[in-house]
Amino acid sequence: MSLPLIVLLPFIGAPLAALMIRAGRNACAGTAFAFSLGAFALLLSHLPDVLQGEPIEAGWSWLPSLGLDLDFRLDGLGFLFALLILGIGLLIIVYARFYLSGRDPMGSFMAYLLAFQGAMLGIVLADNVLLLLVFWELTSLSSFLLIGYWKHLPDGRQGARMALTVTAAGGLAMIAGMLILGDVAESYRLSDILQQAEAIQASPHYLPALLLILAGCFTKSAQFPFHFWLPHAMAAPTPVSAYLHSATMVKAGVFLLARLWPVLAGSEAWFYLVATTGLVTMLAGALIALFKDDLKAVLAYSTVSHLGLVTMLLGFGTPMAALAAVLHILNHASFKAALFMIAGIVDHEAGTRDIRRLGGLAQAMPIAATLAVLAGASMAGVPPLNGFLSKEMMLQEATLLADWAGNAWLVAALATLAACLSVAYSLRFVIHVFFGRPRAVLAHHPHDPPAGMWLPPALLVVLVVAIGLMPSTLAGALVAAAASAVTGGDLPAHELALWHGFNPALGLSALALLSGLVLLKAYRSARASWSAGPHPQAKAMFDGVIDYVVDLARTITQGLHNGSLQRQLAFAVGAVVVLGFGTFLTTPYEAGERATLPAEPVAVVGWLLLLAATGAVLALHRNRLLALVNVGVIGLIVSLGFAYLSAPDLALTQIAVEVVTVILLLLALAHLPRHTPRETGWLRRLRDAGLAVAAGLGAGGAVWAMMTREFETLSGYYLEQSVPGGGGANVVNVILVDFRGFDTFGEITVLGIAALAIYALLDRGTPSVYGAPPAVPPAQDASNSLMMAVAMRIMLTLSIVVGAFIFLRGHNAPGGGFVAGLVVSIALALQYMAHGMRWADTHMRIDYHTPIGWGVVVAATTGLGAWLAGHPFLTSTVWHLDVPVVGEVHIASAMFFDTGVFLVVVGATLLALTSLARLRVGDGPARKPGTGGAAARKEA
Amino acid sequence: MEFLVASSVGVLTAAGVYLLLRAHTFPVVLGLTLLSYATNVYLFATGRLAINAPPLIDAQVARYTDPLPQALVLTAIVISFGMTALLVVMALRSWSASGDDHVDGGPAAPGTAPEDRR
Repeated sequence: MSLPLIVLLPFIGAPLAALMIRAGRNACAGTAFAFSLGAFALLLSHLPDVLQGEPIEAGWSWLPSLGLDLDFRLDGLGFLFALLILGIGLLIIVYARFYLSGRDPMGSFMAYLLAFQGAMLGIVLADNVLLLLVFWELTSLSSFLLIGYWKHLPDGRQGARMALTVTAAGGLAMIAGMLILGDVAESYRLSDILQQAEAIQASPHYLPALLLILAGCFTKSAQFPFHFWLPHAMAAPTPVSAYLHSATMVKAGVFLLARLWPVLAGSEAWFYLVATTGLVTMLAGALIALFKDDLKAVLAYSTVSHLGLVTMLLGFGTPMAALAAVLHILNHASFKAALFMIAGIVDHEAGTRDIRRLGGLAQAMPIAATLAVLAGASMAGVPPLNGFLSKEMMLQEATLLADWAGNAWLVAALATLAACLSVAYSLRFVIHVFFGRPRAVLAHHPHDPPAGMWLPPALLVVLVVAIGLMPSTLAGALVAAAASAVTGGDLPAHELALWHGFNPALGLSALALLSGLVLLKAYRSARASWSAGPHPQAKAMFDGVIDYVVDLARTITQGLHNGSLQRQLAFAVGAVVVLGFGTFLTTPYEAGERATLPAEPVAVVGWLLLLAATGAVLALHRNRLLALVNVGVIGLIVSLGFAYLSAPDLALTQIAVEVVTVILLLLALAHLPRHTPRETGWLRRLRDAGLAVAAGLGAGGAVWAMMTREFETLSGYYLEQSVPGGGGANVVNVILVDFRGFDTFGEITVLGIAALAIYALLDRGTPSVYGAPPAVPPAQDASNSLMMAVAMRIMLTLSIVVGAFIFLRGHNAPGGGFVAGLVVSIALALQYMAHGMRWADTHMRIDYHTPIGWGVVVAATTGLGAWLAGHPFLTSTVWHLDVPVVGEVHIASAMFFDTGVFLVVVGATLLALTSLARLRVGDGPARKPGTGGAAARKEA
Repeated sequence: MEFLVASSVGVLTAAGVYLLLRAHTFPVVLGLTLLSYATNVYLFATGRLAINAPPLIDAQVARYTDPLPQALVLTAIVISFGMTALLVVMALRSWSASGDDHVDGGPAAPGTAPEDRR
């Protein structure tokens, strides 16, 4: 349990920290610190087990059918990373408390930071690759928020966008790679996959999986040629840079390389791809770092270079190289986080990060200078600091590498060159900033920062020195545990020590140090020749690519959809027609053999009527009222057809809906123009007619082909279970309220939303200010005939009785909530029509929003009731009651559900109708002079 | 009988599509109504046609038509009503806001095809 809690605590703390800002900045930072500390303490409690090589596992089943489970696993590698994430996270929280100014919203900063921390912990502790991918994407998202934290800076926004684009694109590739990996290993559980090395490497899908996963790792870890996003992410506040680029975000890619090392490493493809990319990145990063003037940019490219170093070591594929990689991950995190914080201190206190304007700061800021000297020397690889240890091991592994494309010494030489460059830029960072003469007049008087800002890097520097002096004691066990988790087996005998005797690596180390010093001495001339060379700008290229993609997308979109609905619909229908006929014409067709029913004369009469009415709609569609009448005729025939073809429920529903629809459209026509103007362009009409005929032929042909074939249905179950399981003889109704009740629940919700949307659209009293005056007075002012009014009042009572009857019998005979709701709605709507809106409003004080809400609540409560009995949502029950006189009564809980349906239908229908009926001509706020029409003025 | 149903679906679809492609709102609403009929009958027909076999369980009856498509179509009918209502109200709003009954809204609406303007 405590293992998932380590991941969860930061996520729980994130919203709390955001809220605690109301109690002040200290409370906010304190909350964030407390949650991180809790996770940190939980993590440390597992240290003894991890050092003994016993991984801890915990988790829950989540979506077992997809292989996605909340499995967590803590081994040496996960522990090392979690330690860095939480340990440095704690220091960053303290540092950020003092770094951020009073104007910066600290609440959101801490919330983003904790969310990011939790996501990182998820990556390193997940034992399921799908879960890992979820956390992987979460880090991309939360780092986007962190990098773009200073929303007012365009650099921050662009940097965040670039980081998100690059890392999320890589993440997408990685999803594919992981899915392939899981497919080959037949499990998404990471610890299972790690056992399948042979099967995976022998699989023909190994190479694609490797390429896709490497795309994810290399983008995340800023490996060449994807390194360019990292320097632009430096627009973030310094605590973010220190956290993301020393211990966390960019290390995620390296982590995954290490995690999947047992299954992916060892092949030639792995070696050449990973080691070469790492080597190139290491060299390029170090070279660019030497010629940057912004302190953070130097550190950014140096980070790129060091990540390349780790990648290269993992690429070598030998256990000792993996051990060196693990050690360097630890060392780099410690000195790089310290250096970032020092860069932030310099920026904070001196007001600039430009090396050309800084110098001699050691006198003004002795503490920061001491820390910078130690951490910078470690980055340069000066003994006896920890950076020296891992850099020497790297050089050692490079000399041991016997063969790189037939070349025995190339890698060692290039690695030494990178080390030399690294010495030069590290010492430049220290010497040009803290020593020598001040080079420019600074706005601020630089001085050492408050303890809250220098203590966190000081702690890290203590580690840098201590690990350097006593590597075996302090880090030996942890590094060995992590490295054996990487290799998945025993490590060769080794000893972490400063002194290994005289060997080639020591020689190369010394050579790198000396040549680095010489290079710094000759910095001016080196800089001149660098400036003379070409400098491809990654940002410009990136922007170019993005602009091109956006333009392409825009061209395609606007080519298909220029804002014209007609054009869009024509494309949609045309696409369906082309695809449908294309498939039909390219596949063999056989006529169906199912026997057809005879066409009785009455059916033929109905068919002819339908054809005539449809023809009339087409011919008359410009006269809207006549077209509407004919649509009503079609609806009537469809409903008769349902009745004829054994669907009494559908017939009832269709005829009731028909009535309501016609009333609604009539009401709308009172406000809309009566006539549709003739469209110009017979070519357009011909095209539309062609599309329509094709679509009609397709649909008719498809339904014909379907009906003349035999079929299998799953309805046998419903027919058998309707009475015993659902307690009703009307199978359609039982399906609606019981078997498929969840669908119905969704549908009444949609219906309710549609009605509310109509109400909202018409709430402001939308008039037809431009409309021609209505030829007949709108319904609300109808003081219609007395006969009609009286008849309708009697009808109301009768209709409600009929509605109740239809509702009650619905479970066993045609009827039910839908039909009953429509019948009652029609009865109520008739009152509005017969008496006019004003009378009906005063006599029927019903707010139709209420039944919609209650209907959904009743339906939901019925469904939730099943939970109380321990059944799934919407499981129904039947009670049998003995009522005197009436006899035995069945009450199915589904009936309450049907009540909900009924209420929603009544509310939605009447809300739509009355909203429309209440519209008054000329009510609107806007009126175009001279077009309002006489009626509008008369009404006013 | 099957031919009558199939041809009705075809004719309703064709008429519906033609009206759907008109430039003014009300015919589009009617076209959508016709398409709804066609779709509902199409869906209903997936259970094949049967006469005098309603899915009402009775001990004396042995033959029932397929109830599942009927249940699907029943809700579809009601939802089509909700959709038609929403659409016609949107048409009304568009008409009252822009003074133009064209499906793309007002005459000044950007990027509209000019050939169908009044």
